[in-house]
Amino acid sequence: MKTKGSGNVELKTPLYECHVALGGKMVPFAGYLLPVQYTDVIAEHMAVRKQAGLFDVSHMGEVIISGPDALFNINNLYTNDFTNMQNGRVRYSPMCNENGGVVDDLIVYRMAADQYLVVVNAANRHKDVEWMKNHLKGDVVLEDLSDSYAQIALQGPKSREILAKVAKEEEIPAKYYTFKECITVAGAECLVSQTGYTGEHGYEIYCKPEDAPGIWNALLAVGKEDGLIPCGLGARDTLRLEASMPLYGHEMDDTISPLETGLDFGVKMQKEDFIGKKAIVEKGEPDIKRVGLKVTGRGIVREHCNVYIEDQKIGETTSGTHCPYLGGAYAMALIDKAHAAEGTAMEAEVRGRKIQVEIVPLPFYKKS
Amino acid sequence: MNIPKNLKYTKSHEWVEVIEENKIRTGLSDFAQSALGSLVFVNLPEEGDDVTAGEAYADVESVKAVSDVNSPATGTISAVNEEVLDAPEKINENPYGTWFVVISEVSEMVELMDADAYEAFCREEE
Repeated sequence: MKTKGSGNVELKTPLYECHVALGGKMVPFAGYLLPVQYTDVIAEHMAVRKQAGLFDVSHMGEVIISGPDALFNINNLYTNDFTNMQNGRVRYSPMCNENGGVVDDLIVYRMAADQYLVVVNAANRHKDVEWMKNHLKGDVVLEDLSDSYAQIALQGPKSREILAKVAKEEEIPAKYYTFKECITVAGAECLVSQTGYTGEHGYEIYCKPEDAPGIWNALLAVGKEDGLIPCGLGARDTLRLEASMPLYGHEMDDTISPLETGLDFGVKMQKEDFIGKKAIVEKGEPDIKRVGLKVTGRGIVREHCNVYIEDQKIGETTSGTHCPYLGGAYAMALIDKAHAAEGTAMEAEVRGRKIQVEIVPLPFYKKS
Repeated sequence: MNIPKNLKYTKSHEWVEVIEENKIRTGLSDFAQSALGSLVFVNLPEEGDDVTAGEAYADVESVKAVSDVNSPATGTISAVNEEVLDAPEKINENPYGTWFVVISEVSEMVELMDADAYEAFCREEE
């Protein structure tokens, strides 16, 4: 069970003992103790790309919004359009403040016309719950059930094969961004969605905290022959960056609008209204654009590096790291739209040194 | 933890091989490469550069972070191991066989530990 911490003491997820037993290097993250790696970040990253990896994502926040006005509130709080959504579907959305900046990005699971599961970033959970509660209208209830859920992500080309050893094939969600409730995984009742944050085929398994270790151990046992290994936060970050997936606090924050950071697909301006719509309309066409940078010089370009064209600063990197599958360093940056053409050669300043980079299309990696 | 008896060690986890009276060879210890994780980049000085005991003269970069490598001595770089620039993973695979630089005209050294003292030091760091 998750225990309540006090002050600066980090919380443990239900899988803490499993990580320690597996030799996980535990670090504080979003108020929890989580493994940054078990063996090696590169080996864990490559396992997900080639076979499968298992991640503890229990730190994420889970909220249930229910009641006759649930849909109205979902459409008002988030920028995407949830009107024509069926039960069993999942949809991604930014959530904006009145200035059009992003409060968080999240995914919404429609369980019924009047019941939605919303999964938010761990680091923003308390902020999001307070924000949402303060902006609810009409006949609706919001419950923060984060402590009642554990979550395990199984990701990689072999993930379906592996999951089918501990769950009935016909119960496993067959399409991307769909989910099934009340299915049995390794003897425990779970909600399983075909979702993930790695750019590979995969699943996110939601269960009761006390069932998590059994499911975790069962998956590792049956998946061993397929090459399944546990993976930590280090690989989670290199995988998402390689797949060019945005991370809150980097590609967007409360000063950056979803349009500026290229999340147009999640912003439905034809909706009558949503929090932040007015501000986004007033801002007009964004002056900046999120681009992908391939590092052509020597070194790794990470976040908060100034980007220059001939000594003129034209933007800043938001994330960056070594991408093991692609075999090189890549970064994402928010730069002046005028210079955002593919192929543009620029320089990123890293610890006082200028390193050559080039704009390449996003995503850097797409699964075959 | 591998700690060869014939080498000396610094508090910042560099190994030192005394070649001649004022000439040393240096690299990163097994403890260091293990703590850093898979290395993907190394930046080294050039032959002829002056270095100062206890100050950073190179850096190594893993997926997660960049770390300074400190010079065990004050002197001049007289040789650079180019091989390490193209294959930083060799530092992880073979830390004591993968040297970084040779420093000549050594006038000063940082405090060095022998293998036993370094082993005790590492145990405390963990």
